Amino acid sequence: MKKRVLSAMLAASMAVSVLAGCATGTAPAAQGEAASGSSGGEAFKIGGIGPTTGAAAIYGSDVRDAMQIAVDEINADGGINGYQIEYKFEDDEHNAEKAVNAYNTLKDWGMQMLIGTVTSAPCIAVSEKTKEDNMFQLTPSGTAVNCVQYDNAFRLCFSDPNQGSASADYIAGNDSLKGSKIAIIYDSSIEYSTGIHDSFVARASELSLDVVSDTSFTTDSNTDFTVQLQSSKDAGADLLFLPIYYQEASLILQQADSMGYAPVFFGVDGMDGILGVENFDTSLAEGVYLLTPFSATAQDELTVNFVKKFKEMTGHIPNQFGADAYDAVYAVKAVCEAQNVAPSQSVSDICEAMKKGMTEIELGNVLTSPTSITWTAEGEPNKDPRAVIIKNSEYVLAE
Amino acid sequence: MKFTKQTKRDLYTCVMVILFYVVIQVLDKAGVLSFHIKGLLVPLCYYSIAAVALNLVVGILGDLSLGHAGFMCVGAFSASLFSVAVKESGMPAGLRFLTALIIGTLMAALFGFLIGIPVLRLNGDYLAIVTLAFGEIIKNFLAAVYLGYDEEGLHVAFKSFQLKGEGKMLINGAMGIQGTPTDSTFTISIVILLLALFAIQNLVNSRAGRAIMAIRDNRIAAEAVGINITKYKMLAFTVSAAIAGTAGVLFSHNTSTLTASSTYFGYNVSILILVYVVLGGIGNIRGSIIATAILYILPELLRGLNSYRMLIYSIVLIVIMLINWAPAAIAFRERYGIRAFIGRKRENSGKEVS
Repeated sequence: MKKRVLSAMLAASMAVSVLAGCATGTAPAAQGEAASGSSGGEAFKIGGIGPTTGAAAIYGSDVRDAMQIAVDEINADGGINGYQIEYKFEDDEHNAEKAVNAYNTLKDWGMQMLIGTVTSAPCIAVSEKTKEDNMFQLTPSGTAVNCVQYDNAFRLCFSDPNQGSASADYIAGNDSLKGSKIAIIYDSSIEYSTGIHDSFVARASELSLDVVSDTSFTTDSNTDFTVQLQSSKDAGADLLFLPIYYQEASLILQQADSMGYAPVFFGVDGMDGILGVENFDTSLAEGVYLLTPFSATAQDELTVNFVKKFKEMTGHIPNQFGADAYDAVYAVKAVCEAQNVAPSQSVSDICEAMKKGMTEIELGNVLTSPTSITWTAEGEPNKDPRAVIIKNSEYVLAE
Repeated sequence: MKFTKQTKRDLYTCVMVILFYVVIQVLDKAGVLSFHIKGLLVPLCYYSIAAVALNLVVGILGDLSLGHAGFMCVGAFSASLFSVAVKESGMPAGLRFLTALIIGTLMAALFGFLIGIPVLRLNGDYLAIVTLAFGEIIKNFLAAVYLGYDEEGLHVAFKSFQLKGEGKMLINGAMGIQGTPTDSTFTISIVILLLALFAIQNLVNSRAGRAIMAIRDNRIAAEAVGINITKYKMLAFTVSAAIAGTAGVLFSHNTSTLTASSTYFGYNVSILILVYVVLGGIGNIRGSIIATAILYILPELLRGLNSYRMLIYSIVLIVIMLINWAPAAIAFRERYGIRAFIGRKRENSGKEVS
């Protein structure tokens, strides 16, 4: 009996040490590189936070990898103002409490600027802490209004209300969509979806769009949508607005297909990723509109390069979150160069300089805007949304 | 003064918590503590409090509750609502937080009582399922409700609405309550943990506690000797809910945003707390605290291992479970463990083992 217990313990400890070996073997390769590059002087320490485990893991891991690509490019190109970047990413499991823990971990590491967090609710919690420490924060994809409520926080993506009203504007301005009867299905238990929904409805009534059905579900009931779809169908809707994430959207498309209901589907950036859902018949997504700032099939040199590098690194095509993160790193670089920021400055001094610089730059040549991005002092970006349409299982820019 | 064995054990638990507090304070003064560890202290305390509360139901009363996250949710929301509402009235922070604590605790107790009336008629698995359902109802209700005030007074609705003129949204549906003052500190959390311990240990050692344990050990026999089953079950359940509510107050005043999402108050969280209780030893109050400390800190300390940390965390859960409960492991411990060693030594030296 003693032998058995002992062998079990040994097996367990071996498993742990083997796993630990794997982890140190793969992930921090880039850190080592950054550290060796910075031997000439100090380096900028940039931290990232996002979910790399749990339900929202796909967003966080894309942001992590895209930031790594941007950081490697910048370091290979001589860094920011001649200083290399050290980069570290922490997991928050899409949980505000864990996000604050991750933030504290990064602070121990010596983080000077934060690019994060990826999802909204953790972002708001972390922004309280960055405000206390006066640390510069740029969220690539925190869309809730309150993510950037303090003056040290900026965002690269559109805010929720912005996406909702932009969608309504797009529908009203599009000849083939204008005049259609609109049904909405949204997730009433998450901020992201309710935020977009509320602003869409408000803007739609201003533009006198015809919203005939408005139904919701919650995260706990996100598998069966026949009731909501039936209600949309009965109301005669021929455009279905889905301000939700792609997992649920893929189910809605399947269930609508099986009940013989074929309206035009219109999504926002959460719909991005729908073609990557396992066991999803991508032909169902043909003709789906989505308002997203990034299209992985765009033919400009920057996008082609980024997608190629990302694919080499991870094996899949980046989603919009990754593109946001990539642009965020370059935004930080541009502002640091414009304001002559050096890593020897204190966190608070860097933040002051960055705050000032963010409102002054115009960031051109980016992935997530056809032209350029500028920022307001409130932390909101000014850029043009792009509508894409799915054709032959690829995202194509809509007219 | 002579202490009974039970009193001594309870005292050790309190001493352990106080020692932990002192050690942390000393390390903090010495500047050794990282921001990361400091940030973990308050969550550690409120999960310990929740685990201790759940242990009262699971270990002492012998009923399975899967709805304790729901009581945390009630405590968190009622207290946050109060704090946000009076934030600008100039009430001193200490008094405000104390009032919030009391409100959160009482509200959770009230809900524990109300839910207990129908629920405690059930036993075993049925009780577990129904408490789980109530926990989810509380969470989903709070995630759907909108509450705000403006010139025309207070508004409550299940759809978002526009406020007229000067006003404020207090509960904003899925977006929850924002701007809760971050009043929770490590010292206050430790004091509350000690109070919770004090309350539960005294309850267990009282006449009521013995009645509760009698119900656990044999319901029919307890009923036969005239113990009022409903009353004592209700008592244990309400006290447990109240303490879980206090944990919720600390939770909501630790981060400034509070949303009633599954991440914080879903059944997964109830089960997580149950895991702390089971791995710490059912009915063992001190064990709950130690298990919470280890299992909460572990995934955080493993951050260096990136994505493998969750895998290692689950392996550790299995290993702890085996070491604690596998018959072979128990036999091994009895033969070769520290206690067996001390016991043998005492026997050898001729002293009586008390």
